[in-house]
Parts: sequence; structure tokens; C-alpha cells
Amino acid sequence: MRKLALSDEILLKLDKPARYIGNEVNSVLKNKNEVKIRVAMCFPDVYEIGMSHLGIQILYGMLNSYDDVWCERVYSPWVDLDKVLRQEKIPLFALESQEPIRDFDFLGFTLQYEMCYPNILQVLDLSGITYKASERKEDEPLVIGGGPCVYNPEPIADFFDLFYLGEGEKRYRDLLDCYLANKESGGTRIDFLIKAAQIPGIYVPRFYQTEYHPDGTIKSMLPTLLNIPEQVKKEIVTDFKAAYYPLKPIVPFIKITQDRVVLEIQRGCIRGCRFCQAGQVYRPVRERELNDLKHYAMEMLKNTGHEEISLSSLSSSDYSHLGKLIDFLSDELKEQKINISLPSLRIDASSLRIMEKVQDLRKSSLTFAPEAGSQRLRDVINKGLDEEAILEGSRLAFMGGHNKVKLYFMLGLPSETDEDILAIGELANKIAAEYYETVPKSNRNGRVQINVSTSFFIPKAFTPFQWAAQAGRDEFLDKAYLTRKGISAQLNQKSIKYSWHEADTSILECVMARGDRRLSASILAAYENGALFDAWSDFYNHDTWLSAFAETDIDIDFYTTRKREDDEIFPWDFIDCGISKEYLLREWKKAQAEEVSPHCRTACQGCGMNQFITNL
Amino acid sequence: MIINMKVRIKFSKYGVMKFIGHLDLMRFFQKAVRRAGIDIAYSGGFNPHQIMSFASPLGVGIISNAEYLDIGLNEDVADINEIKYRLSAQMVEGIRIIAVAKLEENAANAMASVAVAGYTVIFSDKVVLPIDWTGQFEAFLQKETIIYTKRTKKVVREIDLRPLIYEAEIYAKAEMCAENRGIYLLINAGSAESIKPQFVIEAFFDYIGQQLPEFALSICREEIYTNAGTAEEPRFVALIG
Repeated sequence: MRKLALSDEILLKLDKPARYIGNEVNSVLKNKNEVKIRVAMCFPDVYEIGMSHLGIQILYGMLNSYDDVWCERVYSPWVDLDKVLRQEKIPLFALESQEPIRDFDFLGFTLQYEMCYPNILQVLDLSGITYKASERKEDEPLVIGGGPCVYNPEPIADFFDLFYLGEGEKRYRDLLDCYLANKESGGTRIDFLIKAAQIPGIYVPRFYQTEYHPDGTIKSMLPTLLNIPEQVKKEIVTDFKAAYYPLKPIVPFIKITQDRVVLEIQRGCIRGCRFCQAGQVYRPVRERELNDLKHYAMEMLKNTGHEEISLSSLSSSDYSHLGKLIDFLSDELKEQKINISLPSLRIDASSLRIMEKVQDLRKSSLTFAPEAGSQRLRDVINKGLDEEAILEGSRLAFMGGHNKVKLYFMLGLPSETDEDILAIGELANKIAAEYYETVPKSNRNGRVQINVSTSFFIPKAFTPFQWAAQAGRDEFLDKAYLTRKGISAQLNQKSIKYSWHEADTSILECVMARGDRRLSASILAAYENGALFDAWSDFYNHDTWLSAFAETDIDIDFYTTRKREDDEIFPWDFIDCGISKEYLLREWKKAQAEEVSPHCRTACQGCGMNQFITNL
Repeated sequence: MIINMKVRIKFSKYGVMKFIGHLDLMRFFQKAVRRAGIDIAYSGGFNPHQIMSFASPLGVGIISNAEYLDIGLNEDVADINEIKYRLSAQMVEGIRIIAVAKLEENAANAMASVAVAGYTVIFSDKVVLPIDWTGQFEAFLQKETIIYTKRTKKVVREIDLRPLIYEAEIYAKAEMCAENRGIYLLINAGSAESIKPQFVIEAFFDYIGQQLPEFALSICREEIYTNAGTAEEPRFVALIG
């Protein structure tokens, strides 16, 4: 039997000890003497969040399908265990072997949101790995990062030996072979990194030097060695049929956030909303074949025993065979009492028909994401959803038995005026009115409930809004106040509930999303001052960050509210993610002119992703 | 809902699985039954759930040689071993299927059948036992009443443990522990007044005027019994004989 890294006495005092014991169904045990490379994959947040992530399951399954590799998992120890590990000086361990991460060849992080950055340092710290990549010793693990945040990896550049840009299925084998070859020829860590930096999609931050203008903007960012590419190009899967899909996902003992089978039906999005990073960087849209998906779904359900399957994509309604897939699944799964859940649907007549097939309408609430209250502002952000579509969708849903609607908006979008903000309340009111007009009194199941929630706009790298200034903290709060005032003035205000996301975390996220290398020092300072689990509002402490920025001489406004010139060099410009800066600038200008761009299937906007499509 | 066959499953829980709580263990079995392709019956209504019930929840940190759960099947399965094999293939290290038995149509469910449970309690090396503790333990058992104050989140109440202890025996020489470091307890586990082995040990330490340290005990549930006799003349038999 495996020996656990933690004693019974420690485990029994922890909240949810099952987070740390491994042993889950479909987790992989290998003989460490029979593999050549040991990888620890980390999602730097608590187990229940990290285990819910499909990307890790894909990499875990794929890496373990190689005979010479053993990939294990590690998550951020929750605050209770964090304390014990420090007190007892127990090194952080991987779940499968229960052995210290420090002894592994690679430590991989998937970086899904900026607020997890201090948790990266926690994992390094508890593992006994040197924070700064350039100071690591020969025998320390190579720390590699992947995921959406690496489309601007600069704020965390100091902590990583390498970053992998793009989709993991593509180049890991090449990277591992390069590692093995280097090891066999007696090469050093630096020898490996130099070779790795020449593999497409691999970025080794220490081989690049950034120079700045006196005003703090970037003058240049160039490789410091020969043979290191100036531009690092993202890698994507061009043949899904040949790519790995995890048919045996791990089944956790404890309830996790996504306690279900996740079926990724397509990657990329045709829509081109100007605020959305995923919609830009995951282009081009690639659909999986219907027959493959049927096979995957049935296999995964058989291998996990889950009672729910969720279809995943950025915009499921745009998947060409959605109706057929749902017909198949609902027929096959009815007898087995398996639920099908369908997030990311655009609400219209055809999607409501699909939803009716799989969901009990009384239980589910309907979600719209208009993102902006007025049509003018929706045009600016290129959200191709008009008021009539929202009202029509609501009407159909109300007739079908719904009486709850969730509405998501952003405050602080470029060019936003008070009228745009007041339009949020007006739209919510119109939807409520639609209910009372559509549903006769005798059929009403109580009052209609409209939940409006707003978040603050965060400009992200590789979006047309990468040039946009973020609103200031006070402006944000004024905007939220005005939203509430606007809602209170409505006739149906009693049917409308309003909640808003915090401003402080949105500001910090903005700093990180468009930050440069100078921020690595601030993140380290914040971590050393106690920042941890910042994605959890209970733990987030804005003052910790303010003092960290002050200590490291960072002006927050430089990254948030500053207006950027069209020709500014951004920290992420060295990355070629397939879409051109010219296209993004074009879209930024169109946004300012309140012009919409049709989606990819209607008319090509010349973003540059065609270079991938020719290979498809 | 039509159940055509009721099946009782006996399993052990040990090793790292002792950290898995009762609700998570239920979820584990629900998924295992699906993976095994066992044709389990579901309740009706809007929220159908599997017909599955456990004899008695086991606390986190405790291991067991005899846990039981009952499931209802849609179809009568000719070879009961088929279920054992299929389910066994879906277990993890720390859960082992020991036996599977077909129940009579009118059999009471596992939970309702529970009368008493047997436990091995072993003192960890954190516990300093008085030299003559075995004698004191005998005297403790001779008392007419053994009052124990049970504290839950909401209620504090006194129970007399004495009538709920059926057997108590010190392992003078046992394979599982050092000499005189373990006790076998057969205690009430029925729905009316179920007690835990810790209660008895805590009451004993109270009796000898000592404080039981944290993590003093390692406990194993050895068996769960039903009463095949009468209230006056009980005859305890294991849930799967």
C-alpha cells in the first residue's frame, strides 16, 4: 500500500483530507524506476477547483499514455495544510506517489486566471523550489506554464523556466524528447533551455531582454542569444482526430465544482466579441466530429460512472451538429438517468427547443449575457445580441415555464456613458414586463425574478480592447451605484435583484493582464506579505497588494487607467498567436466608430488565423 | 419503481480510504455501480436516485472489516457472483468487496437490521496506561451504571452505557496489537440507542481519572450484527452470515 506524505494525525485535523490522498478512480500509478521523466501538473488553486479543469485531465491522460513518463497532480494546499507544511517542514508532494515535487523533472502550472499568481509562489515555496528561474540549481524541477494567462506571461516571467504557448496536445512529446536527449548527452539545464527555446510554441523568458522608454513603455524586447526566435508562435491542434482525448478522466471522491463528464465539442469561437480574450486567442474555430463526440461521451460515462455530462465550448449554439448530438445523448442516456447540461447557449427558439429536451425548465434558470445595456454599447463591443433577440428569447422561455432570468453585464466598457448604464435597468424592466404580458395570471408561478449582475471591464491582451483604459476605482463604484439607482427607478424593480463584482480585484486583474516583467517583483513581495488564494474574496486583501506595488515602485495607473497609443509596443507583442496586431487595431477603431463586425461564418475579418486554416 | 431483486454487499474499508467520509463513500458506490453496469433500480419522481442504502455510517478515521450496503435491481440476476466480480473490478485500493448475497423479497433493509456492532480498539503509543489498567477495566465493567455525557453540536445528554455493552474483552495476546493494548467491544448499534466505541473508552478514562489524549485510539469495526433472537434472548448474527 502507498505510504501517505501526511500522518493520520495531520490528515484527520484537516478540512477534507481527501484532497491530499490521491487514490481516485482512473488516477495513474506507475513504477518510478520504470519511467524516465516525472512530471507534476499543478492547478494553483484548491483541489475542488483544479480537479474540475478539463485541460489538466487532457495533459494528465496524454502524458501518462507515454510509457517513459509519469505525470502526477498537485494543487494548492488549502490554508490549513499550508500552515502545517510550514510548521512541520514537510515538503509539498504529488498526489499519486506522495513524493516531494522537488524531486521531479518538470513542474507544470496551468494558468487560468491572474488572481492565482501568488499561489504559484506558494507551490514553489512549499516544494522548496527557488522562486527565480534563473537562480535555480541543476537538480531543481523545470517549471513550465501553460493556459490562457500565458498569452501575456510577462508578469510571472521571473518564476518560469519555460512557457508553452498554445494547445498542449501538440508539442509536449517534442519537448520531452528534447529533455531526454539533453540528459543523455550530459547537457546542463541551460543547454536544455536553449534547445527548448527553438521548439515552436516554447518561450524561455530568461533569453529575452526588455528595454524601456523613459515613460515606462517598452522600447524593445529582443532575444539575448543567437538562434532564439524573436517571435514565439502559438501551437494549435489542426487534426482533432489524431489528438489525444481523455476517455478515462479521474473521478474524485469529494464533490468538486464540475462533478460531471465534460465533453469539449469544439474549440475557438466565431463571434469576435471585442472584450473577449478566449474568443480571439483560441481561433480558429474547430469542431469535433459528431461520431467522435458520441463515442467519447459514452466511453467517458462508462469509465467514470458520472450521472451528468456537460457540453463544453465557448458558444455551443454555433456547433453545427448540436441538435443531432443532443438527440443522440438524450435517447441513449434517458434510461440511465444521466443529466445533460448545456452551458454557453445563445437563447433563441432553436436552443430553447434543445434545452427542453434535456432539462427540467422549472429547475433551470435562463442566462443572458448582453454585457452592455444599450444597443449602442453592444455595437461597440461587437456583442451580436440585440434587444429584440433577448426579449424574444425571454418570451419563449416564459411560455415554456421559466420564471427566472440571469443577466450579465460589464461596467466600464470603452466609451460607456450614463445612458448606457441606465439602459441596464431599462432592459431588465422590459424583460420583467414581457413576463407579465406573456404569462396569464393563472399560469404564473409567483413573481418573475430577474437577477442582474455586473462585473467591471478588464482589458486583456490580444483583444481589440488591449489599447483601452480601465476605469478608476471611484468611477467603478459610481457606475455600480448608478446601475442600482437605474434599476430602482423601474416599474418592475421589485422583480429585479442586483449584485456587482468587487472593484479592487478587477483592478489587480487588469494590472496582471497587461503587465510586464517588472511586476514579478511585486507578485513576490505580495506573496511574502501574505497574498494567497486571491481568487477567493474571503482571502483577498487589497492593502497587501498596494504595499507590494509601493515597495517595488510600481504605479498601478500605468497599467490600468493609462491611455495607450496605437503604436505602443506591448509586453505580449513578441507572441504570435495567429491574429495580427493590424486586425486588432482595425477592430479597436471600428469599436470607437460604433461599427460591428460580422462573425467568421458570415464574412472573414482578416484576423490572420487563415494561416492555420490552410493546414486544417 | 419496481425492484425485482435485493442484494446485500459486504465490503471492507481500510488504508487511505479511512479518510473518505460517509457521503463521499455513497457517491463512490453510486458511480461504481454505474461503471460496473449493474442494472440498479431508481426511485421515481423528478429526482430519481439509485435504490441503495448503507447499514451504518462509519466515522472518518475508522477502518472496517464489515461494511454493508443494500441495492435494488431491476432484474433478477441468476448468478450473484457476477455482481461481486463486476463491482470488485471497480473498487480502489482500500475498499474490497467481501461478499454479495441475495436478500429475501421481504427482508428488512440493512439499516433497519442493525442491532450491534463489534469493534477492535487499540491504544496508540500516545496513551500511557496504568500498570493495573486491566483490573480497573474489569471493575469498570462491574459497575451497575456507566454514565456518559454525549455532546453533539446541539444537544448535551447523559446516557447509561452499561446496558448497551454486550461484550468487552481485553486482548491479552493478539496478533493485531501488543499485549494488553487492545480491547474488543460488542456494543449497541441499533437505531434506538447507537453508541460509539470511543464513548466506552472515554467513560473508562473518566473512571480512572485520566484524560484520553487526542488520536489515542485506532478503531476497526469488525462486524455488524442483526438480532435473530428476541429482545430478552438476543441471538446476534452477522448481516451476511
